[in-house]
Amino acid sequence: MKADSSTTVPAKQGMKKGTKMALMIMPFLVLTFLFRYFPLHGWVYALYDYKAPLRLTQCDFVGFHWFKVLFANPTQVKQLMQVLKNTFAMSLLGIATSILPLLFAVFLNEIRYKWFRNIVQTMTTIPNFISWTLIYSIAFALFSTTGMFNSVMQQLGVIDAPVKILDSSKHVWLMMLLWSLWKGLGWNSIMYLAAISGIDMEMYDSAKVDGAGRFQLMRYITIPQLMPTFFVLLMLSVANFLNNGMDQYYVFQNAFNKRYIQVLDLYVYNIGITGSSMSLATAVGIMKSAVSIALLTLVNVLSKRVRGETII
Amino acid sequence: MANSEKKPTMKKVAAGDVIFNILNYTVFLIYTILCIYPFYYLIINSISNNDMSANGLVNFIPHGIHLQNYKDVMKLKGIGSAMLVSVGRTVIGTVCTVLASAFMGFIFTQPKLWKKKLLYRFVVITMYFNAGLIPMFLTMKTFHLTNTFWVYIIPAIINPFDIIMMKTYLESSPRSLEEAAEVDGASILTIFTRVILPTSTPILATLAIWAAVGQWNAFQDTLLYVTDQNLYSLQYLLYTYINQANSLASVLKNSGNVMSIANLATRQTPTSIRMTVSVVVVLPILFIYPMFQKYFVKGIMIGAVKG
Repeated sequence: MKADSSTTVPAKQGMKKGTKMALMIMPFLVLTFLFRYFPLHGWVYALYDYKAPLRLTQCDFVGFHWFKVLFANPTQVKQLMQVLKNTFAMSLLGIATSILPLLFAVFLNEIRYKWFRNIVQTMTTIPNFISWTLIYSIAFALFSTTGMFNSVMQQLGVIDAPVKILDSSKHVWLMMLLWSLWKGLGWNSIMYLAAISGIDMEMYDSAKVDGAGRFQLMRYITIPQLMPTFFVLLMLSVANFLNNGMDQYYVFQNAFNKRYIQVLDLYVYNIGITGSSMSLATAVGIMKSAVSIALLTLVNVLSKRVRGETII
Repeated sequence: MANSEKKPTMKKVAAGDVIFNILNYTVFLIYTILCIYPFYYLIINSISNNDMSANGLVNFIPHGIHLQNYKDVMKLKGIGSAMLVSVGRTVIGTVCTVLASAFMGFIFTQPKLWKKKLLYRFVVITMYFNAGLIPMFLTMKTFHLTNTFWVYIIPAIINPFDIIMMKTYLESSPRSLEEAAEVDGASILTIFTRVILPTSTPILATLAIWAAVGQWNAFQDTLLYVTDQNLYSLQYLLYTYINQANSLASVLKNSGNVMSIANLATRQTPTSIRMTVSVVVVLPILFIYPMFQKYFVKGIMIGAVKG
């Protein structure tokens, strides 16, 4: 501790030190403001008819025009409905399968050999750490018309001509679900494995004394003990119902599956950046944020009722 | 898996148990293979006879191993700069995010901090709202960050989640060293660099790996904020290659076959380029990840304590 012999007298430090610390983190607070709060001003663009290179003052003020368009214009309504349907489908499928990581952990825990458990855990978490671009590349390598799937199936004589899997409007939701499961299942189970290792061994011992078998231990001790964790994660996924993200859907989208793959986040991108209207896209974004905050509040209240503590 | 049924200290194993065990091992084995096989497939195709791999004939074992693809891919336009960008953003971005989060997390544990609660809330609450894609895009434009390297670094410096993790970690570990340093009259910065950083390696490693993987895999920021090809990241370049390969494939198919067999084996095809670039993108993760896996698990447990 040599470097700092020049510090002030300890007695005077109280208030002074606190202010000094606040000044030290000031640059970071400014960054927080610039990149987290300042962008909110962009919401006013939803009230204008913004044309890209112009300044905002040069554009027409249109009030709530874009919000009305979303609900009044029949083609727009139809499109938005389809997008919402996709968003709901993906989120609901995600929530419906959110029990799988829990089961994965419970069953993996039943494997007695540690080396086997470790290998499974390491290997199944790898997909979580690669990007959606790379997953698309893998999907293309395996499932394009000259990919592994079609060539093996043809060699086996199961099919005569290559099947189009990626360039197809069929089973888009299911395919997206399977890819996100492949990416996340192993990783999401780690949370539960950590929770299992925290369960009191005495509970198992006393249940065993009472003659409980292996499956009864799983059913009456392990799974109930994991329920609080499951509940928290479930609530978080409800709060994120509209936020599917866009990377996955962006890389997989093509002319064939666009109708079923376009979720809200991707829709905002498509109409805002590649499409015609930044203002309309901003309006959609604002409504999405409003619903998300409402859901978060709801989930917090629910959690307070059920567990006695809030999530955030 | 047949001999994995020997039981060290267990009592009699019921028939139901045996069936369950066999099923359990089998399902996990199959799923593990499903997770690993795609990577194996990419690797064997990137080193096999290009003609065979283009026709989907390399599925389980490599044929005609050669490394020409890697030599050729390195000559591709754009890959050199993309590598530089990806490595650069991963290193610089990780260092910035981790140091900033560690420092902020540390300061927020200080009871003497002026308006501690208010400042902490000011930062953390930003986790729960988001201006949205278009406003972010316009903001980056306003700050003249679009088409600069710094658009990858600066917006990522503040990460509320990392700050919470760091704060939670420090609050759950003993503070005696820190207090001793304070009594000695050490300044805040000295305490941070000499006491906090060296004693927080587990959490710092966790945050660093999170940040590094995030930076390495990031795709959306290039898509939104960058049009300058010299600033493309590897992920984005890979994406453009895959799509170019889509159209290239059909052109090449119609262009007749005048090449000799020997040439065909090492001549670049869209498939070979795609596979090889994919391997180049994924290899760092495949190598680094297993080494750091324990930190991930630890990090998740710290997070779980909080939740």
